[in-house]
Amino acid sequence: MNKQALIEQCYDRIAKYERDLNAFITLRDKKTVLAELTQAQQSSSPLSGLPYLLKDAYVTSGIQTTAGSNILKGFIPTYDATVYSKLKKAGAILLGKMNMDAWGHGSSTENTDFGATHNPWDLTRVAGGSGGGPGAAISAGFASFAIGEDTGGSIRNPAAWTNTTALKVTYGRVSRYGAIPYVSSFDTVGPVTKTVEECAVILREIAGVDPYDGTSSPEPVPDYVKGLEQSLRGLTLGIPTEMYGPGLDPETKISIMTASKEFEKLGVKIIEVSLPIAEIGLAAYYLMAPSETSSNLGRYDGIRYGQGRDNFTDETIRRILIGTYALSAGYYDAYYRQAQKVRTLLIQAYAKVLQQCDAIIMPVNPTLPPKIGELMSDPLTLYLADIYTTSINPVGVPSLALPAGFSKSGLPIGMQLVGDKFSEPLLLSLGHQYQQVTDWHTRSPEL
Amino acid sequence: MTTKALITTDEVSHVAKLANLQLAPSKISKLQTELESILEYVQAVQKAPTDKVPETSQVTGLTNVWREDVVDDSRTFTQEQALSNAKSTHNGYFMVKAILA
Repeated sequence: MNKQALIEQCYDRIAKYERDLNAFITLRDKKTVLAELTQAQQSSSPLSGLPYLLKDAYVTSGIQTTAGSNILKGFIPTYDATVYSKLKKAGAILLGKMNMDAWGHGSSTENTDFGATHNPWDLTRVAGGSGGGPGAAISAGFASFAIGEDTGGSIRNPAAWTNTTALKVTYGRVSRYGAIPYVSSFDTVGPVTKTVEECAVILREIAGVDPYDGTSSPEPVPDYVKGLEQSLRGLTLGIPTEMYGPGLDPETKISIMTASKEFEKLGVKIIEVSLPIAEIGLAAYYLMAPSETSSNLGRYDGIRYGQGRDNFTDETIRRILIGTYALSAGYYDAYYRQAQKVRTLLIQAYAKVLQQCDAIIMPVNPTLPPKIGELMSDPLTLYLADIYTTSINPVGVPSLALPAGFSKSGLPIGMQLVGDKFSEPLLLSLGHQYQQVTDWHTRSPEL
Repeated sequence: MTTKALITTDEVSHVAKLANLQLAPSKISKLQTELESILEYVQAVQKAPTDKVPETSQVTGLTNVWREDVVDDSRTFTQEQALSNAKSTHNGYFMVKAILA
């Protein structure tokens, strides 16, 4: 299909379904976008002319950027995030900026000042978070791909609840320059798509060292697309039994066990491993993340840009207070320093398991997508939705989230494949070849 | 609950002040209950076996990332750009409330 027709088709779908989903914070004017398409640099990139979306966590010069918070409502950045510059250079066309829990604080895109995002598979349910906007939009066919941001599951959680495919990259694989920080030492930039192959194509464009981000990695960027067909024979996939305990939705467990059988058919050996860190990982995450975010949000004083600090939501206030408390004199050793020691234990635990297997297969979310409002009943309920995703970010390893089936009630179920640092080629080839023999990822919601 | 509270309303007020958040007394009391339940959960880290375990603060695997000590004009804001999102400016400066009375 020619690119103009493709973009017009996206706008048609947005006009029809956005009212139900509320996936956008800022939708760009169609005329402006089409003009941009005709002016876009001719590029040999496969992304040239493709319509895409950014989670509203990336600064885009001349286009409102809010991070989901009223603090930044009306804020017009004067520079571009590196991921945006790279995609512009590749000729990809930005359609809009997507809804998210304010500052990344949430697992349901309900803690946003722009109204909750609804799940395209069941409008009475949440689309996940913090990147519910990108997940819902790609699921609904609003664009060819989106760029999310994952700090404790914000890319993977919505992917699993909206039947999309998404990659949380190795820390430092993609530049964070111009990404509004939540937890600077956990934040990662990655693609949200329909297929693993698309994730590979996008990662190839956006990965690499950036002089503007001192934490970006100089590790060479391989051709992620070329590697997709590498043989899986002789690889070992580990099932961490503790991650499949009584806290996990039974249908999710069955779906992932069935998926592991598909991997076996592809020549992959399946073994059981032990990774008893989900609970302690979640506890450490909810000390380290609030600590860093309380520091990062200190800059919002309403003087140079944005509105005043009275605009923070209740969830953000809780995280700022917990973080300030954990970092304060008298409590630093017992909370923050102790959590940073647990971070070392998490790194050791993953390293140990990844000596026994090449990658780990585990759930993304403990439940099917909850009804709107359910997770907001009390803060701890919200945090427990992150139990399987949060331990990965402090360690810095990559994780590919992809569709693994549906519940009897017709709701999407996801799984994640976790590997060692910079093992994206391995994870992508596993996921791609799984998607060659299954069709979950091809299913679209009836809107 | 009979055990000692992990965080008191006075401590919530103190921490809010440190974080430059102005909160109504009714909000402080609600937050005390919520923060108590969060701290009850996260204090699990204190039971982890961390004797002689060093802390980790970042996972880049990098040390000492340097750049030349020169100005990069390609990402310098003009005065106009720097002020473009400020609510209150005067003669090319940000305006702030008086710090000293």
